[in-house]
Amino acid sequence: MNGPQDLGGRMGFGAITPETDEPVFHAEWEKRALGVTLACGALGHWTLDESRHARESLHPADYYGSSYYEIWIKALEALLERHGELNAEELDAGQALQPGLMTDRRLSASNAAAALAKGGPVDRAETKPARFEPGDRIRTINAHPRGHTRLPTYAVDKPGTVEAVRGVHVFPDANAHGQGEQPQWLYTVRFAGLDLWGPDADPKLSVSIDAWEPYLEPA
Amino acid sequence: MHHHDDDGHHHDHHHHDNHLGEMAARVRALETILTEKGLIDPAAVDTIIETYESRVGPRNGAAVVAKAWSDPEFRAWLARDATAAIASLGYAGRQGEHMQAVFNTPGVHNMVVCTLCSCYPWPVLGLPPVWYKSPPYRSRAVSDPRGVLAEFGVTLPEDTAIRVWDSTAEMRYLVVPMRPEGTDGMSGEQLADLVTRNSMIGTGLALAPEQPR
Repeated sequence: MNGPQDLGGRMGFGAITPETDEPVFHAEWEKRALGVTLACGALGHWTLDESRHARESLHPADYYGSSYYEIWIKALEALLERHGELNAEELDAGQALQPGLMTDRRLSASNAAAALAKGGPVDRAETKPARFEPGDRIRTINAHPRGHTRLPTYAVDKPGTVEAVRGVHVFPDANAHGQGEQPQWLYTVRFAGLDLWGPDADPKLSVSIDAWEPYLEPA
Repeated sequence: MHHHDDDGHHHDHHHHDNHLGEMAARVRALETILTEKGLIDPAAVDTIIETYESRVGPRNGAAVVAKAWSDPEFRAWLARDATAAIASLGYAGRQGEHMQAVFNTPGVHNMVVCTLCSCYPWPVLGLPPVWYKSPPYRSRAVSDPRGVLAEFGVTLPEDTAIRVWDSTAEMRYLVVPMRPEGTDGMSGEQLADLVTRNSMIGTGLALAPEQPR
């Protein structure tokens, strides 16, 4: 969906404001927001793709008016409610009113560090040959799906060149919606700045995205 | 966030504090409920925080870059299979499962962004700074990278090509900045001191030996 998260090339957000000697966290609650979000992810109710979709599904006014950890917490509440682990009465009461469901998946302190160190690779076995190879000219599809996608609007319907074949990776457009991983070949695709932004673009600019095979057509 | 220079700004400041106070209460309530339900263990939350507050950060990436500067074999491995080369130094895991190193040259400057969210190579750089996750950077990095670089105090020669990597999948990119002049014979530790976080995102350059951080 081309929601508030789809920021590439948008104008009007002003100057970047880097902070000198920026701390890792700006408040105690940000620390807890990070930890609670990751601990809840370990319950296995949702995928990383579904959580990204929950964040981008915030109303644009809410998304742009929120810091990133606020976005995470608002999306986390929505995910927990969707999966039956939280309800509005509990949030009002500030206490649990019914037991948790996935309690057997609770992340323990002793497992937390190992889980972070292990991560969650998303490459999968190849089941068919890749359609493209490095150097191939492609055009991205003209698609504006209502659901989750990782093809940014600025790179929709644009000519580009396949630069690398990255293997077969979980397909977020399906995985975000509980439709399984449906792994697809993933490519790094490079675009000339002039093709993305027109004749006023920096002629020395190129931009690449990582694009799954269904996003691409031969040029 | 706001300055105390007049009454209006005082008001904004209080509003801001109240807003953050609300978030603190909201997160505390959520953690309490989830703990009561047996879904999270506050000690696991502590471990996660501790990991990214004290153990995983841009010193990791700086060690990777310093080794790439001084060890041609490692540099070649890093170019060929960054995930394995980086893991050999002990840096691996969440948000670094599929790594690619991109090397700056006199002719090409690399810069990394995630226009769609906040994808960032955690095992080598830690958690992203606020500006990396915020709309001004995410919107302009792909369309006006030279303007973005200027706001970081970096001016590249006009004929330097700029290559922007938008992290739209689970590939995570680490920029290897160019090794500064005058660093022959420096130790790995001394070299790592020159590698700033921003130089590994591509919004900065490595420091010269006598340049303050």
